[in-house]
Amino acid sequence: MDWAFFILAAVTLASAVGAMALRRLVHCALALALAFAGLAGLYLQLGAQFVGLAQVLVYVGAVAVLIVFALMLTRNVAAATQPLGSPSWPLGLAVAALAFGALVAAILSSPAIQRPVRELPSGTVQQIGIRLMTDFVLPLEVIALLLTVALIGAVIIAMQEERSRE
Amino acid sequence: MTPLAAYLILSALLFAVGLAGALTRRNAILVLVGIELMLNAANLNFIAFWRYSPNPEALTGLIFALFSIGIAAAEAAVGLALIIAIYRHYQTTNVDEVNSMKG
Amino acid sequence: MTNALDQLFVILKDWVVGWFPAGWQPFVGALLDAMAIVAVFATLFALTTWLERKGLGRMQNRYGPNRVGPFGLLQPLADGIKALTKEDLVPRAADPVVHFLAPLVLVVPVLLAYSVLPFGRNMVPLPGCDAGVLLFFAAGSATELAIFMAGWSSRNKYSLLGALRAIGQMLSYEVPLILSAVTVIMIVGSLSTEKIVAAQGVYHGWLPGWHVFTPWGFAGFLLFLVAATAESNRSPFDLPEAESELIAGYYVEYSGFKFALFFLGEYLGLFAVSGLAITLFLGGWQAPLSFLTWVPSWFWFFAKLLPFIALFIWLRGTLPRLRLDQLMNFAWKFMLPMALVNLVAAALWHWLGAGLARWLVSAALLAAAYLALGRAVSGAAKMPQRHYQLAD
Repeated sequence: MDWAFFILAAVTLASAVGAMALRRLVHCALALALAFAGLAGLYLQLGAQFVGLAQVLVYVGAVAVLIVFALMLTRNVAAATQPLGSPSWPLGLAVAALAFGALVAAILSSPAIQRPVRELPSGTVQQIGIRLMTDFVLPLEVIALLLTVALIGAVIIAMQEERSRE
Repeated sequence: MTPLAAYLILSALLFAVGLAGALTRRNAILVLVGIELMLNAANLNFIAFWRYSPNPEALTGLIFALFSIGIAAAEAAVGLALIIAIYRHYQTTNVDEVNSMKG
Repeated sequence: MTNALDQLFVILKDWVVGWFPAGWQPFVGALLDAMAIVAVFATLFALTTWLERKGLGRMQNRYGPNRVGPFGLLQPLADGIKALTKEDLVPRAADPVVHFLAPLVLVVPVLLAYSVLPFGRNMVPLPGCDAGVLLFFAAGSATELAIFMAGWSSRNKYSLLGALRAIGQMLSYEVPLILSAVTVIMIVGSLSTEKIVAAQGVYHGWLPGWHVFTPWGFAGFLLFLVAATAESNRSPFDLPEAESELIAGYYVEYSGFKFALFFLGEYLGLFAVSGLAITLFLGGWQAPLSFLTWVPSWFWFFAKLLPFIALFIWLRGTLPRLRLDQLMNFAWKFMLPMALVNLVAAALWHWLGAGLARWLVSAALLAAAYLALGRAVSGAAKMPQRHYQLAD
């Protein structure tokens, strides 16, 4: 196994655990941004140039900033002294561990992991563009519609309280 | 060369961490953070399977991951707008305290 | 002989890399590229700070710095020594880890963005990058997090306010920036910077076939330039760091070398986005006239970069600052529709084929959109005729 994968995997995992376990909310958000960047590195290592760079552009550049803005707008001042997790946190951890166990069992017993390692496939931007415009043109239009609806809906939801208060 | 199983186990670990956080933390925004981690773990799975697939010219894994990124961004925007609206009403983002339909 | 001069740096790099064993060569090559970029652009940064202070001074009817060295040329050196030897103050309530990391998170992605700019023929640090322009924009979007980290970790209301304003401004202007670049990508058909430069390598007679000499390219170039000024928080869009309003905005609590790093990051971002504008619209390293191709390609790249720097300094000294709501209105109600109309104009250009028709149609569409949008955005508030009373 090559060391690039190990370093990227370690960074991603550590920052994902940090994103869920740190006490200060802004630290969690920044750790999440680091996890996204680590995942983008993994995509680049797997040879998916466009998806890796789109991951940085969308997740690190937009979603992480969105989460940080939401943290700013919903300041919870008393959170510093309260316990980290809800009262039923052992149950939550147990469910997550069970899910992990089930996934690992499925992975290790599947014939898919016996696949041979082949040379790097070329997912050039031109090929992705052609596929998006021929085989996947309907999902493309639907996601454009979805993004428009989400944009308008988010603006309306976040601003409704102002009008109803008058 | 890294075997496929390594990527899949990493993706399963990320999913488990995201699930644990989403089920455990009290702040609504951190629940959303956990959900985003789970979506990203699934994306990693898709890209890893595309890389090791017998037919990589079909680019299915790449396209799916691209659409998943787009959908996750839209969902994060709407989810955060909802959290902000709830905060305006309840003055808290603690998911345990937003329970006025109970009882 | 001219070919050797053109490829001088490539030959030098290959010679140095050849000293090392084969396994180490990619790393040594990348390291040499990174060192060269840091050296060249840090020197350019020092020169630009001197040029800016002298230029602004002259525009404001005063001398700039002229004490340190002839014409004040050693002023950047003095500034550097001052920045390095100042005490590094960290506020007691500040978050130490985030406060320390913010300048790094600003400078490192900006330096990463240089790796896809073609500085000359065969002189791209990352050759064969299929999605070069996307890498540039992805690296640029990571700087927004750095600004937030700087503003929030200082635990200062004013710096947080400045950070939120700056991020809002950067997000708003990122959309017209990327859309005007998408126009070029659509016409060329590739995201690779080398292919974009090569596509502008045709000469009509002895005039160059750069994208800026087409209607959509000209409009796209202007849009890109305005959006780039706003992205770098440069006047007239520098409300987040306005000295008279928010002191220094999001980096008010930084002192010494970290402050210098923020400055460095901002100017490096300016050079990088100018380099991308040169690559997308001005033909990269291509010579302007067909009989001048014997001049080395890297000379042309930097010769095109210096007027950009002068232009940004000129804009800073001349235009008044935009208010936040004016800034946002301009981005969303003028520049975004204009960028979309530009996209349609470029598509019409490509579809109509060669000839006079496509020039007229594209130019007419862009002019009509400009007039209509200009009226719509600013025509609502009719300003009365102003009367000036001068003290005589």
